Amino acid sequence: MIELKDIEFHYREGPFSLRVPALTIERGEQVAVIGPSGSGKTSLLNLIAGVLVPDAGEVRVGDNVLSRMDDAQRRAFRIARVGMVFQEFELLEYLQVWDNMLLPYRIHPALRLDEETRQSIRTLAERVGVGNFLHRFPRRLSQGERQRVAICRALGTRPDLILADEPTGNLDPATSQTIVDLLLEQAEHREATVLMVTHDHGLLDRFQRVVDLKDFPELDMEGGP
Amino acid sequence: MRDAFRLALAYMRYYIFRTLILVVCITIALLLPAAVNVLVKYYNRVMIVRAETTPLILGAPGSPGDLVMNTLYFKGRVDRRLSAVELKAAKDAGLVTVIPLHVGYTAQKVPIIGTSLDYFAFRNLRAAAGTLPQVLGDVVLGAAAARNLGMRTGDRLLSDQEKLYDISSTYPLRMKVTGVLADSQSPDDHAVFVDLKTAWVIEGIGHGHQAAETVKDPDLMIQAIGHNLVMSGAVVEYNEITGDNIDSYHFHGDPNSFPVSAMICVPPDAKSGTIFKARYFQNESVQAVVPARVVGELMDIVFRVKQFFDANFIMVLVSTSLFLVLVILLTVRIRRREFETLFKIGCARSTVAAIQVAELVLILAVSLVLAVGLLGGLFWYVVHVRMLLTG
Repeated sequence: MIELKDIEFHYREGPFSLRVPALTIERGEQVAVIGPSGSGKTSLLNLIAGVLVPDAGEVRVGDNVLSRMDDAQRRAFRIARVGMVFQEFELLEYLQVWDNMLLPYRIHPALRLDEETRQSIRTLAERVGVGNFLHRFPRRLSQGERQRVAICRALGTRPDLILADEPTGNLDPATSQTIVDLLLEQAEHREATVLMVTHDHGLLDRFQRVVDLKDFPELDMEGGP
Repeated sequence: MRDAFRLALAYMRYYIFRTLILVVCITIALLLPAAVNVLVKYYNRVMIVRAETTPLILGAPGSPGDLVMNTLYFKGRVDRRLSAVELKAAKDAGLVTVIPLHVGYTAQKVPIIGTSLDYFAFRNLRAAAGTLPQVLGDVVLGAAAARNLGMRTGDRLLSDQEKLYDISSTYPLRMKVTGVLADSQSPDDHAVFVDLKTAWVIEGIGHGHQAAETVKDPDLMIQAIGHNLVMSGAVVEYNEITGDNIDSYHFHGDPNSFPVSAMICVPPDAKSGTIFKARYFQNESVQAVVPARVVGELMDIVFRVKQFFDANFIMVLVSTSLFLVLVILLTVRIRRREFETLFKIGCARSTVAAIQVAELVLILAVSLVLAVGLLGGLFWYVVHVRMLLTG
């Protein structure tokens, strides 16, 4: 379960600030986060991931109170329990698809890459339709294929929380539907909670709940990310 | 750290041209000062060792540097030469072993050194195959010279004609290779050695031809004045000394005037050496030179010039280091988004730094290995192929 209580956050530079009095997301829930540009959707995801630390309030994910953890603990939490999917895919151009999928295992000593894990990632790649591209570089893939690889990277560590920041922002409508379906299906298969920021209202019916940042009366929307 | 190196290697392989440019820049910056340093030290050692093992040289007045270079390394020419009368005088003093040297002629561009058997003993040169020169017309090859000429015992070596289009000049002499010297890692490896008298034949002071008494064609005799017979140029002159014609070889002119380039003088003890040297103090027709002193002065100049190069290389290293820092800073800037993604996924900033350090280490390691390899290759090339000083 994710719980945000009395969250206050602002960037050092700029007038932007975000207030979330209370937000609870149940384990396994699939939630879309919407809101106008600059309303703080990405900041909200980053607070839940532990990338950002609130100025006040508490972020709790399961038994972990992120707001009380130090940087190393939050990173360890993130790599072990959170899968992140980005709008621009953020694949490393110099790594082949397979190495991109294994990236979390390469950058954190806490994750062990054994044969069973390799096999499960290989199976996942087959399931999302990139099993034949494992030794290609990202530049030789279509946008949709790249996002599939990014999803594999996010799910490869078997996270129980998936945070997706406008993963369909660069995709055509048909591909967007496929990617979201794929993401939600795989998350459900793994009983993972999903929080996905989107501008595409056509995708909202696929989610169990929609959180609109406009609904937070305390939310200050003066601008910012 | 292994994964940091794996990622660094993947990055370097993907951006291979960027990597190569960096590697080439660093390799050159490392190679240049190292090469100059190693080669100067090598030449210094080669030159000093040879000079220090040669106690004293007698030569005609002129540049001591030229005399030493000509006598020790068979390089260049001396302006003036000594004559056999000075050789005899030095020998007659009875204080030192006198080894004459006749340098200046070549066979297929390889220097021909006319000397006595004492030279081989003095330089610890022994024949790896065959024998040392025994009679007029014999030649023994230095190890490298034999390799380069592709010759061995029993072959024939022709001396080079001094002036190709001068038909009145001395004919080249065809010499019999009687031996090949063992490798000595010295300039001797790149020369061929003959007896002093053979050198004089090559120079044209001595020659052999059909005996005038045996000439039956009266047209070949131009004039007879008492015992002196003036023969036509059509009389057969030998260009190879053989058992059959060796007795016909003779020298013209005053034997006391026959030239030698220099003499190496080896005293049995310090006292004899000092007395002998004193004889030539302020001598106007002969100069006595201690090679170690001359080479030492020469190397002093080289090392002074090298200091300028050293300063230059330090500046090159500094500018290359700054260039490298700039590249790293720019890389960090270009890859900021990539690093941010890594951080968001859960990578520590220290791991990102480790990836960068791994890249730097790999580039430096490859450059270092390349520089060492090239330095080794260059050293081998200079020592064995170019033979700048020894050849």
